[in-house]
Amino acid sequence: MEKKNKSEQLVAAIENGTVIDHIPSDKVFDVVNLLGLTSIATPITIGANLSSHKMGSKGIIKIADRYFSEEECSKLSVIAPNIVLNIIRGYEVIEKKAIPMPDEIKGIVRCCNPMCITNHEPMQTVFHVVDKSRGTLRCRYCGKDIPKNEIKLL
Amino acid sequence: MDITSRSLISLEGLDRNDILGLLRQAFTFEAQPNSKILDGKVVATLFFEPSTRTRLSFETAVNRLGGKVIGFSDAATTSSSKGETLKDTIMMVSNYADLIIMRHYLEGAAKYASEVSPVPIINAGDGANQHPSQTMLDLYSMLKTQGRLDNLEILLVGDLKYGRTVHSMLTAMRFFNPTFHFISPEELKMPAEYKEFCKENHIGFTEHSDFNEKVIANADIIYMTRVQRERFTDLMEYERVKDSFILHNDMLANTKPNLRILHPLPRVNEISQDVDSNPKAYYFQQAKNGLFVREALICNALNLL
Repeated sequence: MEKKNKSEQLVAAIENGTVIDHIPSDKVFDVVNLLGLTSIATPITIGANLSSHKMGSKGIIKIADRYFSEEECSKLSVIAPNIVLNIIRGYEVIEKKAIPMPDEIKGIVRCCNPMCITNHEPMQTVFHVVDKSRGTLRCRYCGKDIPKNEIKLL
Repeated sequence: MDITSRSLISLEGLDRNDILGLLRQAFTFEAQPNSKILDGKVVATLFFEPSTRTRLSFETAVNRLGGKVIGFSDAATTSSSKGETLKDTIMMVSNYADLIIMRHYLEGAAKYASEVSPVPIINAGDGANQHPSQTMLDLYSMLKTQGRLDNLEILLVGDLKYGRTVHSMLTAMRFFNPTFHFISPEELKMPAEYKEFCKENHIGFTEHSDFNEKVIANADIIYMTRVQRERFTDLMEYERVKDSFILHNDMLANTKPNLRILHPLPRVNEISQDVDSNPKAYYFQQAKNGLFVREALICNALNLL
């Protein structure tokens, strides 16, 4: 028990805000970029390579005094569908939110097909989520399927 | 079909009745290919990638129906070579034309054009992606020669990995209970995603690596495609198989009387010259059918049918 408390102390608690948990360690900075955290003025704690029973290694981000809309959160499902958002008020977790995979992903992901129009024209990419369980995306324009492990962000 | 947008980008949104309706219109145009139905209409043919065969077919269709054609046959002569975006080109041309027929080397270009264009778009080929008018003329040729599209035995031969015409055919034929035979070199086999598509849509298929008299004996349609050298990663493999997927006249001796041989053209050597005089050879008439099908597609896009 004492050991757990010490490991928790690695990342400071916040009074109010959002704790993004269960981030795959290699996706921590993708989450930072997708949520635009570099332009947020409130305190942010970023932890990476923390030990996790479920994942082996995980990342965690604590953002004080900031909550995120469902649309903002849905972006995260592209890179890490198992992320959990903890809503904190008065040091208490008042809600744990899983991230819903949207039906459509706009303007976040790059099409992996070098001959796709979206890689040559100043336009927004659009992907249909064709398999939510596997996280497979299909480009609205060229029709190519992108498996989850090949998804590249813009 | 989505009648709020008259664009034709792919055949995926068309159902059985849409396809048969368009083919019926094509028969009407074959009976009377010349008219003035496009009188006063201007159609732009924008060929960002050269394709003489497809462009001439579309332009002939417009001319025979009394419309006027503007456009270009090579993007090198247009502002896109100066860096103009596709969107800007489409917006500019749509000021002048009632319909845009476009071929582009990038996949998804026609779809994007249809989203920004105030006039309908017909996709005349977007890279390796879609070429719906080719598939429609393939279907028309099958319907015309067989009297039906239902329950046909269809052999697809050659490059089944990269050939977009064979992929589009699977999509369009899903309403007609076909049985396919996929005959190709190992390196150019039908991709797994298309075989999965067949299974999901209860389309029967078998795969073969030998192309011989036995495998073609029960075919209603043999659809030949080119096996191109540049598609092979292993050139030794190309040299080994290049002569194995050629149709010779003597292979046709025991085939069904209703068999017809189709090919999207251009042919190189995958159909021997001696097949040309066989009444079962149909590839030149098939290309001619493209005219009637394209007349139907143009009139449909302009809501004139």
